[in-house]
Amino acid sequence: MFELLGIPPQALFGQLLLGLINGSFYAILSLGLAIIFGLLNIINFTHGAQYMMGAFVAWMLLNYAGVGYWWALLLAPLVVGAFGVVIERLLISRLYRLDHLYGLLLTFGLALIIQGLFRNQYGVSGLPYGIPPELTGGHNLGFMFLPNYRGWVVVASLVVCLATWFVIEKTKLGAYLRAATENPTLVQAFGINVPRLVTLTYGFGVALAALAGVLAAPIYSVNPNMGADIIIVVFAVVVIGGMGSILGSIVTGFGLGLVEGLTKVFYPEAASTVIFVIMVLVLLVKPAGLFGRNA
Amino acid sequence: MASVSERLSVGGARREVVETAAFHRAVFVWIAALLLVAPFVLYPVFLMKVLCFALFACAFNLLLGYGGLLSFGHAAYFGIASYVCAHAAKVWGLTPEVAILAGTATGGALGLVFGWLAIKRQGIYFAMITLALAQMVFFFSLQAKFTGGEDGIQAVPRGRLLGIVSIADDRVLYYIVAGIFLFGLLAIYRMIHSPFGQVLKAIRDNEPRAISLGYRANHYKLMVFVLSATLAGLAGATKAIVFQLASLTDVHWSMSGEVVLMTLVGGMGTVFGPIVGAAVIVTMQNYLAHLGAWVTVVQGAIFVVCVLLFREGIIGVLARKLRKPL
Repeated sequence: MFELLGIPPQALFGQLLLGLINGSFYAILSLGLAIIFGLLNIINFTHGAQYMMGAFVAWMLLNYAGVGYWWALLLAPLVVGAFGVVIERLLISRLYRLDHLYGLLLTFGLALIIQGLFRNQYGVSGLPYGIPPELTGGHNLGFMFLPNYRGWVVVASLVVCLATWFVIEKTKLGAYLRAATENPTLVQAFGINVPRLVTLTYGFGVALAALAGVLAAPIYSVNPNMGADIIIVVFAVVVIGGMGSILGSIVTGFGLGLVEGLTKVFYPEAASTVIFVIMVLVLLVKPAGLFGRNA
Repeated sequence: MASVSERLSVGGARREVVETAAFHRAVFVWIAALLLVAPFVLYPVFLMKVLCFALFACAFNLLLGYGGLLSFGHAAYFGIASYVCAHAAKVWGLTPEVAILAGTATGGALGLVFGWLAIKRQGIYFAMITLALAQMVFFFSLQAKFTGGEDGIQAVPRGRLLGIVSIADDRVLYYIVAGIFLFGLLAIYRMIHSPFGQVLKAIRDNEPRAISLGYRANHYKLMVFVLSATLAGLAGATKAIVFQLASLTDVHWSMSGEVVLMTLVGGMGTVFGPIVGAAVIVTMQNYLAHLGAWVTVVQGAIFVVCVLLFREGIIGVLARKLRKPL
């Protein structure tokens, strides 16, 4: 086998795969943030907590109700999405007339509450969640060993991202959504129930975060802090990509995950900061973001 | 007629300004008197903690309340100043006042770099960029040699002020911290009532208009960012000397959130609100410390309640009731 700059290929491709997996979570989460921001004009700070809730709901379904991974993949996003709808109706909808800074503060407060409650109940050491039996084991690809579950996460995330892109860019519902993002008053005048569209959009964005949480559960342990750690990186991803384009979010998410994986191989000390450094560089070169429009 | 009424209203406005200034002077005298008496009633270390956070919150409020810029990463300047001050006092053996100055200057310098980057974007992006930059500082503090990683810098010597006066005694140190706090508060008060402060408020309220009037908005924004970061650094550095400790808590994002909460509770854009907010939140943390993660839940709940029902904050409501700017 070949050696690359003294790095064994197994380690290189292993880290690249892990980077791709992280990248798929970045992509799904930044996609949800972008959709919510487009219509609600708030940055959903609770996004990380909702990602964590997705993983926890999957864990609870398994341990309290005996419901396995595949049903959890469907049910957890529905449960967390419904929770998001309730939050939007009860709390966030009261802030639409105000400066968007209040939306950020409100969702930050909600994130603190949710994370605190889960920390109280389950501690911070993390709970194990097994890989579903259908996806245990792996394939030897010659240059690397591919665990089946990790391959599945990458493929599933790509499908989810592309499906979201398709719904928003190519369907009638998506056209309403894009129109309401541009000019809600006009869309409402055409007889479309914009407030309901807003609520459902929030629910959908939250459900995406929960889905990422379920996908992440077997890879990382289910931990109340898992959302807080990832959401700040996702914010940087959003700044780098700009929230103007759906495909842009997806490409940026996967790309940055890969870069992070590569950094882990070649310069591990910088792995946790590389995305922030890239953010700084992008701000210097193209302040509106790689796919952003100048607001 | 018109000119008379005009002159009358101008005179009225001027009288109002003079009255407000006199009222504020009275408030400052009261604060100074309270600071003087407080250590005889309350535990000095607790008071010093409140004062450090009050200064931190006032510095943050200078940026948010008067510059209209929501930084979600103010822990970076507070924390890095705390680390540098602790390092200077412990490893370099500098006297406390020089160590505090070194920390403050580092906070300001970091503010210059981060502020310059962050003001390239506005609104929600500004908040996300400051948060991400602060997280970078957190990871730096976690990995760098001089910060001591998870342990932080412990057993920082309080040393002798100017190399002469020992400040090991809590009550002696208290009066120095009270002096630093009062200096910071007066500096902020002076800034927001200067022509610089007026332009700043104009930019906050209507940036395109201020630009069209010929003000270079980004210069003002960067300047207030640096001033805010410097004062946040002063607070962090002082805290390192008081608690003889600089740790990861000071640079963590939850610290950035806490300072937002203090300002929100006390009243954004009020001179004295953040002080009250800091006192409320620090007191609450002290009482609830044994409840562990419930503190986070309570803080989150306060955030939610304040945003939904109590956006003016304590001092904001008081100012409305008294019909005087506070």
